[in-house]
Amino acid sequence: MSRPYAKLPPIIDYGVIPLINLVVAFLVAGLVVLAVGESPIRAAELMLNGAFGYAEGVGFTLYYATSFVFTGLAVAVAFHGGLFNIGGEGQAYVGGLGVTAIALGLGGILPWWLNLPLAVCLSAAFGALWALIPAYLQAKRGSHIVITTIMFNFIAAALMVYLLNDWLKVPGTNALETPTFAEGGQLPKLRGLFELFGANLGGAPLNVSAFVALLACLGVWLLIWRTRLGYEIRTLGHSPRAARYAGMSELRLVVVTMLISGGLAGLMALNPVMGDQYRLFNDFPQGAGFVGIAVALMGRGHPAGIIPAAILFGMLYQGGAELAFDMPAISRDMIVIIQGLVILFAGALENMFRPAIGMAWARFRLRETGPSAARTGGV
Amino acid sequence: MGMAEPAIELIGIDKRFGAVRANRDISLTVEKGTIHGIIGENGAGKSTLMSIIYGFYQADSGEIRVGGNRVEITDPNAAIAAGIGMVHQHFMLVDNFTVVENVMLGAEQSGLLNSGIARVRSELKRLEREHALDVDPDALIEDLPVGLQQRVEILKALYRGADILILDEPTGVLTPAEADHLFNVLRQLREEGKTIILITHKLREVMAITDHVSVMRQGEMVATRKTSETSVAELAELMVGRRVLLTVEKGEAKPAETRLTVDNLTVKDSRGVTMVNDVSLQLRAGEIVGIAGVAGNGQSQLLEAITGIRRAVSGRITLNGEALDPTKPGDPREMRRRGMAHVPEDRHHMGLVLPFEQNENAILGYQDDKAFAKGPLLDLDAMRADAREKIAAYDIRPADCRLKTANFSGGNQQKIVLAREMERDPDVLIIGQPTRGVDVGAIEFIHKRIVAMRDAGKAILVVSVELDEIRALSDRILVMFAGRIVGERGPDASEGELGLLMAGIDEREAAE
Repeated sequence: MSRPYAKLPPIIDYGVIPLINLVVAFLVAGLVVLAVGESPIRAAELMLNGAFGYAEGVGFTLYYATSFVFTGLAVAVAFHGGLFNIGGEGQAYVGGLGVTAIALGLGGILPWWLNLPLAVCLSAAFGALWALIPAYLQAKRGSHIVITTIMFNFIAAALMVYLLNDWLKVPGTNALETPTFAEGGQLPKLRGLFELFGANLGGAPLNVSAFVALLACLGVWLLIWRTRLGYEIRTLGHSPRAARYAGMSELRLVVVTMLISGGLAGLMALNPVMGDQYRLFNDFPQGAGFVGIAVALMGRGHPAGIIPAAILFGMLYQGGAELAFDMPAISRDMIVIIQGLVILFAGALENMFRPAIGMAWARFRLRETGPSAARTGGV
Repeated sequence: MGMAEPAIELIGIDKRFGAVRANRDISLTVEKGTIHGIIGENGAGKSTLMSIIYGFYQADSGEIRVGGNRVEITDPNAAIAAGIGMVHQHFMLVDNFTVVENVMLGAEQSGLLNSGIARVRSELKRLEREHALDVDPDALIEDLPVGLQQRVEILKALYRGADILILDEPTGVLTPAEADHLFNVLRQLREEGKTIILITHKLREVMAITDHVSVMRQGEMVATRKTSETSVAELAELMVGRRVLLTVEKGEAKPAETRLTVDNLTVKDSRGVTMVNDVSLQLRAGEIVGIAGVAGNGQSQLLEAITGIRRAVSGRITLNGEALDPTKPGDPREMRRRGMAHVPEDRHHMGLVLPFEQNENAILGYQDDKAFAKGPLLDLDAMRADAREKIAAYDIRPADCRLKTANFSGGNQQKIVLAREMERDPDVLIIGQPTRGVDVGAIEFIHKRIVAMRDAGKAILVVSVELDEIRALSDRILVMFAGRIVGERGPDASEGELGLLMAGIDEREAAE
């Protein structure tokens, strides 16, 4: 006999609970700000203003969010298959090689709108390749994917420094970066889109890859909830024994899921490399692979949740940078603390307030419907 | 007994979970020094009621009196303090601890364990003396048979000073002999003045051991009877509110051609222990072959090897005339394509994906079927239409194909699996534990379906730990013990004879 639990309506599950988590995270962050002798309200004001207060800030926020959507989707897809892909950082980094191969090689030959689909394919392929070995080791040898993907982040970092230093950098310079791509290797900024609303994007690097991110969201939604492969991935994620019973190959599914996950992480390279800096440079993912974990958790693995979660973290990045600039007592590290608190409450402690909220909801429901409605509901 | 002193009284207990009223105005008096049975279908509210008595839940209204005094049972510690002990259906023991350590767990008394251990040892000795509850105090739990593990649970409760002992489905995991022994222990505890509440769905046990029996239905306590003044038929009727078939009505089997042959199959588990040892069997169209046996004697591994889920060490399987090599990595999909359907023993982890919607589970294993594909995508409309058809045909409730499978009751979950596998019109149907955790009404329905499949010429293999079920359904009975088929009997074999075989004793051989 199972214990019946009150089921919560989606609005509470996906709306109220994340919101409360977020509010608590910011309250605690406010205490931190208070502790260094600054006004939390002023800090919040600066942060929000920096992120959303003017067009350029919005452009930056959405630029960061674009990266986080890619890595968030990557973590989410793996998560549906019961796999914890911590290697988004490394996969994105290696994906940069795919982008660079197209942008550097064909940038002077083909226009950007022909190079973009090629770069999408190749960056995804490189990211997927970087996820393949951990996937294979997990599926075949049982090496835990959390450990192997973390290790592959370090391998990726070392490999990329080697490639940049010994092969890819401009000869005779010290900077770990490739030459700047020709025009066909540069994705246009969304200046025109902003002008439609009478806004000026300014120096913000928001670019066409934001649309690739939206397409990726649609693709992931279709994959997970509308295709047979997605069905099999979810079956494996919920119950490996059921997958075995249903005749699904765990080896195949683990490898395919991780290839897709790695591919999505690899796409993230489009945004900074082809969309902003127009060259491959040292450590360009800048933690986006790890932020993707928080984004996926907060977004409940669903694209409709991942997009707002990515924008939230984009806001923390952009608003945080402005805050550190305007409030000298708050250093860059304190911004990381605030981001950490959001991850803590939204991700790790996600279910902390759930029982209390569930109880409050049940009480509210009862008062609304009365005992007679409850009786007919009791089967 | 008349005006015997009450050990525990429940007055007007009410409990809701959201819109579901799991317990409605329940009043119950259990007399001191008696064994009181509580029966009811799954979802009748028995476990909720016991959880309220043991402090896992709080009642929304009503009161509990122990020994005539009102008590507030806010958590299990309060229940223990009030002298209430509970033996759970799934044991709450630490497998790699010894008996002493488990009994002491949660009652260590001090940071250093030596005084606690000494106390537990002397108490265990006393309990052993007074109740014939002997068990080696230094044995590891994982080395003990299930019957003894249960005894440790009882000792745990007694060590904490329980005067009222609640046992939740205690015989589900026991052999008939172990169950008999448990009943002796319970009778003896009653002699010593302990009060015992026995939750079960096995009417035979209620008749055999209880003094009083209360029947729950849909959250209400519908009747309390003196056991000596009632009958199995009356209790069954009270439970479901109508008469049920306690035996399966079926005609003579007309076995035809052989559909499935298993030759010398040997299977090892992941630790390398031989679980199925040189098993051979034949399954013919139009017959039901039942495999009886105490859980854990290799039935699960046998089923998994036959259905391609688990790789065998040696042997041969012939399905519909085609020889297959079970020592190669199996493919359950291939077996399905060849006309085999499988209702697995473990529907929670194997037969169903509980977080899925019902219609998603209705295609599990058949997800490749073209009927559910629309180009590269799944055809959700087709899936839901198909699911709705099955819901209607199998009377699955609630009739909502978008509902999460976890929110169906056990019986309805099993119907979801059965509908999926039976409606595929397989030649060979392999069913593990057809009615485990399923209420009486659904049992009748499921048994009728299985017999109908047989009469339609299907070859059916049923594995069940419920001897009654095997005897009611099977045209031939195979008994499995320690990985071997130790005997074959007809459907008329007596329970005693089968029981002995299940314990590894062959009466006929012994007589020779």
